[in-house]
Amino acid sequence: MENSKDIEQRAVRVVTVDLAVAAIILALGALVVYESVRLGAKWGADGPEAGYFPFYIGALICICGAAVTVQSLLGLKSDRATFVTYEQFKLVLVVLLPTIAYAVGVWMVGIYVSSILFIALFMKFAGHYSWLRSAAVAGPVMVAAFLMFEIWFKIPLPKGPVERLLGF
Amino acid sequence: MEELNALFHGFSVALTPFNLVLMLVGITLGVIIGVLPGLGGANGIAILLPLTFTMSPTSAIIMLSCIYWGALFGGAITSILFNIPGEPWSVATTFDGYPMAQQGQAGEALTAAFTSSFVGALVAVLMFTFIAPLVAKFALKFGPPEFFAVYLLTFCSFVGTGKGNPFKVIASMMLGFAMAAVGIDTVTGQLRLTFGFTELLSGFHFLVAVIGLFGIGEILLSMEEGLSFSGHTAKINPKIVLETWKKLPRYWATSVRGCIIGCWMGIIPGGATPASFMSYGVARKVSRNGDKFGTGQIEGVVAPETAAHAAGTSALLPMLTLGIPGSPTAAVLLGGLLIWGLQPGPLLFVEQKEFVWGLIASMYLGNVVGLIVVLTMVPLFAAILRVPFSIIAPLIVVICAIGAYTVKNNLLDVGLMVFFGIMGYVFKKLDYPLAPLVLALVLGDAAESAFRQSMLISQGDMSVFFSNWLVGGMTGLALLALFWPLISKVISRLRPAASGGGAA
Repeated sequence: MENSKDIEQRAVRVVTVDLAVAAIILALGALVVYESVRLGAKWGADGPEAGYFPFYIGALICICGAAVTVQSLLGLKSDRATFVTYEQFKLVLVVLLPTIAYAVGVWMVGIYVSSILFIALFMKFAGHYSWLRSAAVAGPVMVAAFLMFEIWFKIPLPKGPVERLLGF
Repeated sequence: MEELNALFHGFSVALTPFNLVLMLVGITLGVIIGVLPGLGGANGIAILLPLTFTMSPTSAIIMLSCIYWGALFGGAITSILFNIPGEPWSVATTFDGYPMAQQGQAGEALTAAFTSSFVGALVAVLMFTFIAPLVAKFALKFGPPEFFAVYLLTFCSFVGTGKGNPFKVIASMMLGFAMAAVGIDTVTGQLRLTFGFTELLSGFHFLVAVIGLFGIGEILLSMEEGLSFSGHTAKINPKIVLETWKKLPRYWATSVRGCIIGCWMGIIPGGATPASFMSYGVARKVSRNGDKFGTGQIEGVVAPETAAHAAGTSALLPMLTLGIPGSPTAAVLLGGLLIWGLQPGPLLFVEQKEFVWGLIASMYLGNVVGLIVVLTMVPLFAAILRVPFSIIAPLIVVICAIGAYTVKNNLLDVGLMVFFGIMGYVFKKLDYPLAPLVLALVLGDAAESAFRQSMLISQGDMSVFFSNWLVGGMTGLALLALFWPLISKVISRLRPAASGGGAA
């Protein structure tokens, strides 16, 4: 991806994301430490308490999170490396958002229906295939998967109202 | 020798028709997995693991390890033809492999890659056959402090030999430990880090994390490049294969170096990825054609591939004998062993001889079969990548989702998978290494219980970790590895003169 001087692509910088992630890690570390102290992080009557090990883990997480936070802050003005351009991020969202919707779908209507919709809609809208082609891939693949998992391997996958109507 | 007897018995186990079919299926699946982006060795095995519950553990591990070999071979195909490393350990192969393809020498590059891989793996398996039982006997002397020291050594090596920001390595590792701690504490029965969510009672399962981090995360990353792949065609016919084979013996020294580096990195455990880079770097420094590396030197393909396969194979040694996986994929296999009720470690060699030697025998066979399979089917595998990404991407996501769900039949895991996917994407871009995280997630509980038992034995005295030469040696090595970057900086400052300030 060329980044010539006149086409300044809008982008997010590495340091910004680094800072945000480091801060989150620091917060997570603090959470672990808090929980460890709640469980008891000292020496109990018969050995280390439940929170003993996690306490030091949490402490290390906090230290490292703080260190990276400081490193990012120090580089905030000068570091120009790009984390992701808005163009690239849009492409990532093209997969990420449908995937999130798909995960919700699996929960609500079962995996087979969600998968057919996911594959077909993705092919149609992201791949610009025709409805026919999209259905021609999504349908048989999931029917095969159904036969393989439900009937052959006997591994039950999440099902929903449609499968119940069909008697499974 | 006792080992040869056991090995032949193992061959008789591995050579049943059912297991041979499994080997073939495994290798083919493995190559496909290695070729497809988003589906990698660790990830692919993680997804297929639940499917093997219906088989005997021996057959299951034969198939899964053949998938492993297949993935080791397959990663090279995309590296050479498409300049896209199918696996992290194939990155170094792209340096000279892709230029060779660009110059029309794709067939030679592929042959060189596969043959080097085969050699590396074979050497590692030979070493395995004779050393594994020795290590197992040795490991019988291990008590909780020794085990904890080994874990400590493992994790400190990651920090010491890692190239990135050590804080990020440690943070990644500690996050893995923290995730491992979520759920019911086995010793006291208390709930840890669940914050009232009953879904977290059983904690985070490493398979779900692996599928999310390596699978979904990889797809998200690939999307940045857009939705198109285009690569070079590969003509591979017997003539090219034979001619390349004639050229390869010239590079025997590179091969030997690659094997040594690979076996070492597999055991310590560094993994196949650092092994491939190290081998490439060493070869470049030592070779006569060193300065031409990067323009399409066949030696530049031989070096990383030999090392990566030797490392990938020898990573199974500490996994089987000590329960320490030498790579994320070995970590998944370790998880599989635990699920089947097999306890890796010295007792495995004593109590489950058939399993262990069947596995080792299948390693020989698997690599031979693998070499034949890849040499004959390269055009087919390359064609898979011509399937447009807009079809492959959703299919891979669906496969990952099925894999994530079948781990515990828990719907939450599908959502967790997506979450781990986002985490994997961000972490990879920010250079937070994922391998320590996965290793910590797999070994976290074992490491903690080893620590607690040691503390119980010593009544809280930390010097138990230096109580005898074995434990003390390992703990010392661990601390050395941990602080090595600092130490080497100090050493280089104390030696000014010579090469005017140029550190590596």
